[in-house]
Amino acid sequence: MDKETQRAHHDMGGVAKFMCETVDIEPHGLDDFDREVDALRQLLSAKQLMSVDELRRGIEAIPEGEYHRLSYYRRWMRSIADTLLRRGVITEAELRAALEGA
Amino acid sequence: MFVAGETVRVKDSWPEAAGPVHIRTPHYVRGVVGEVVRFLGDYPNPEDLAFARPAERRGLYHVRFRRGALWPEGRAEDDVLIEIFEHWLERP
Repeated sequence: MDKETQRAHHDMGGVAKFMCETVDIEPHGLDDFDREVDALRQLLSAKQLMSVDELRRGIEAIPEGEYHRLSYYRRWMRSIADTLLRRGVITEAELRAALEGA
Repeated sequence: MFVAGETVRVKDSWPEAAGPVHIRTPHYVRGVVGEVVRFLGDYPNPEDLAFARPAERRGLYHVRFRRGALWPEGRAEDDVLIEIFEHWLERP
């Protein structure tokens, strides 16, 4: 089995298919959602509820199809929610109630 | 412990096949021989930090790979510099 087959889907450095695909190198501005997610992550880190390493692990755990559909900060948000649920910082009921109230 | 100038090989190890992991060693350098450029210090192992487990401090190194050793494209004199933790390195 070659390395490209064995790799995890997020481990994309040096993958041959990107030689044939246009890579988006345009600068992207931050919107309010992006800033809010970034602020949330910093607060969670300051309160020692979640580390940046846990954020990365959570992003890497997003299933491949969804990973490519989500924007950069939506991946962060997905990872933050998964990690806080896993750690028991929030419950599924609390998350659902907050989303329905939004 | 490795010293600058030493030849090392990245372990041809694939823990991602066995379940959820967080690995900072890119797939394309596994099993490839490179050269230690410098020791960067000891840092808590991110493979444990990622799961909020107690993390031992591990040595981190800059390792240089000849681009030809990684991919057929590019000029032979090009190289790639990667940060790799000690537990991923072995003496060939």
